[in-house]
Amino acid sequence: MVRGAVPGPVRTYGRDMRRTPFSPSFWRSPLRGPWFTSVLGIVLLGGITVLFVTGLLSYAAYNPDLARVNDKTPDKGILGFYLFSWPTDPHWLYRLTQGVHVTLGITLIPVLLAKLWSVVPKLFTLPPARSLAHALERISLLLLVGGGLFEFVTGVLNVQLDYVFPGSFYPLHFYGAWVFFAAFVAHAVLKTPAALRNLRGMRQPPQVAEEERELVSPDPDPPTVSRRGALGLVGGGSLLLFGTTVGQGFDGLRWSAVLAPHGADPGSGPGGFQINKTAAYAGISAAERSEGAWRLVVSGRTGTVRLSRAELLRLPLHSSALPIACVEGWSTSDQWWRGVRLRDLAALVGYDGDPPDVFVESLQRHGAFRRAALRANQVADPRSLLALFVNGEELTPDHGHPARVIVPAAPGVLNTKWVARMTFGDL
Amino acid sequence: MRRPRFALPLGSPLQILLLACSFALAAYAGVQLLAGDWFGVALWFVGAALLHDLVLLPLYAAADRALVRAAGPRRRWVAYVRVPAALSLLLLLVWFPLISGQVTARYASATGLSADRFLSHWLLLTAVLFGGSAVLFVLRLRRATKQRPSAVG
Repeated sequence: MVRGAVPGPVRTYGRDMRRTPFSPSFWRSPLRGPWFTSVLGIVLLGGITVLFVTGLLSYAAYNPDLARVNDKTPDKGILGFYLFSWPTDPHWLYRLTQGVHVTLGITLIPVLLAKLWSVVPKLFTLPPARSLAHALERISLLLLVGGGLFEFVTGVLNVQLDYVFPGSFYPLHFYGAWVFFAAFVAHAVLKTPAALRNLRGMRQPPQVAEEERELVSPDPDPPTVSRRGALGLVGGGSLLLFGTTVGQGFDGLRWSAVLAPHGADPGSGPGGFQINKTAAYAGISAAERSEGAWRLVVSGRTGTVRLSRAELLRLPLHSSALPIACVEGWSTSDQWWRGVRLRDLAALVGYDGDPPDVFVESLQRHGAFRRAALRANQVADPRSLLALFVNGEELTPDHGHPARVIVPAAPGVLNTKWVARMTFGDL
Repeated sequence: MRRPRFALPLGSPLQILLLACSFALAAYAGVQLLAGDWFGVALWFVGAALLHDLVLLPLYAAADRALVRAAGPRRRWVAYVRVPAALSLLLLLVWFPLISGQVTARYASATGLSADRFLSHWLLLTAVLFGGSAVLFVLRLRRATKQRPSAVG
């Protein structure tokens, strides 16, 4: 697709210039052109918009404005302008939005790569700027390409637990998304009209045609594949990634997610569903979970209550069928949890009928989400439990024994495991 | 009235306003993005673009070029190698940390799952992709040889 010095019709740059990417005739692929770029551009316009919206929703799902412990980006300023109380209905809401975010992001990778390939000659366009507006646009393209790749790379690395990026994932991916989106909107406004014109038929006004002819090789090699064939390869790549990823959001399809991180089950039986962090990874010892050592400390308006597991079991127990859905895009189907309603625990410490927010602390001594806050609407939901059992058996250590929180539609890490302390009250 | 040699025309004022607005928003978020390890983040941001445009893209383009050249007069059969190779390398690119085993210890300890399957799954998928392509190639070759006599006769 790229080729050096071969005699061609372009003489103005001289023989040497043709050997460098700064010459249009250096770029030989007959595939490049406004139609090819426009198709990919329109797909990305829709796809990246969905990624951005689902990303913002995931950010809101953590309720960062509720408490400092939920907020990994305290200096967000106006970027949190749209935050709202994350609902508990439908109970699969986060499973859907975050499944779409991660699965779609992975599916779009071939489209992004093809789009960048299709416009790469523009990186080398001379003169560097035809006008001030053009100069600014080229600077903006650095934010667009750098930002886009930064977002995709940090996302793809994070779901594989490869934390090599320079900082914590949450602020990097969040602020990076806004930098990228700023450039993305400008690019979309400037380019979408021409892209739509290109797709509606190739009859363009001459001034548009001139700018976009930049992409067409003046001296193309004979084709080895048609433009439609090339799009087919891009689509095939997307389909392959989709097909080998989407299954990590469904217990029945998990076997099909052959390369996705959560494409296998950790054993079988009642506890044989996906684990985000095992007890061993979190540093939870059997001794501190034991019947003799563990007490749940519940504080509120009327003081503090300390409950052993046996005492918890004497409280009214309720069941709810809820999934675990992770920010990494995987989720489980509904599991059958049984335990004490959060609002009943609130009532124990003086909030009878008016459940407030709650601050939950785990036995975990390290980890970003060893403490988490839940909002009053989440505490009040009758399906929100401090679970003691799952699928008819005691919780396993890896699923949070002796007790864990489970809340409908909340991101996985807010469903605190190995709960040690709950403080009810307005945060 | 000659224009000074280095004066740049303004271009579309609307475009300048739009881009100024975009830069302001990007800078607002960018200040926070760079608040921690600013050098590392800037390196990743610019490095991602440079690595893609100046290393990854030229590499796969050159590999494709070499493939087409090696095929010589049989250019139309190139797709039967190009497509499975591209798909296999795409999977490797996306899932490199898991396939290469560089996160094996953390992955196994955090999720309770074995990380052994990724390399073997990728190799099996690669075998399926090339094998499937070979089957299609043979089918098309047979169809071509069957059609040729009938076209003559």
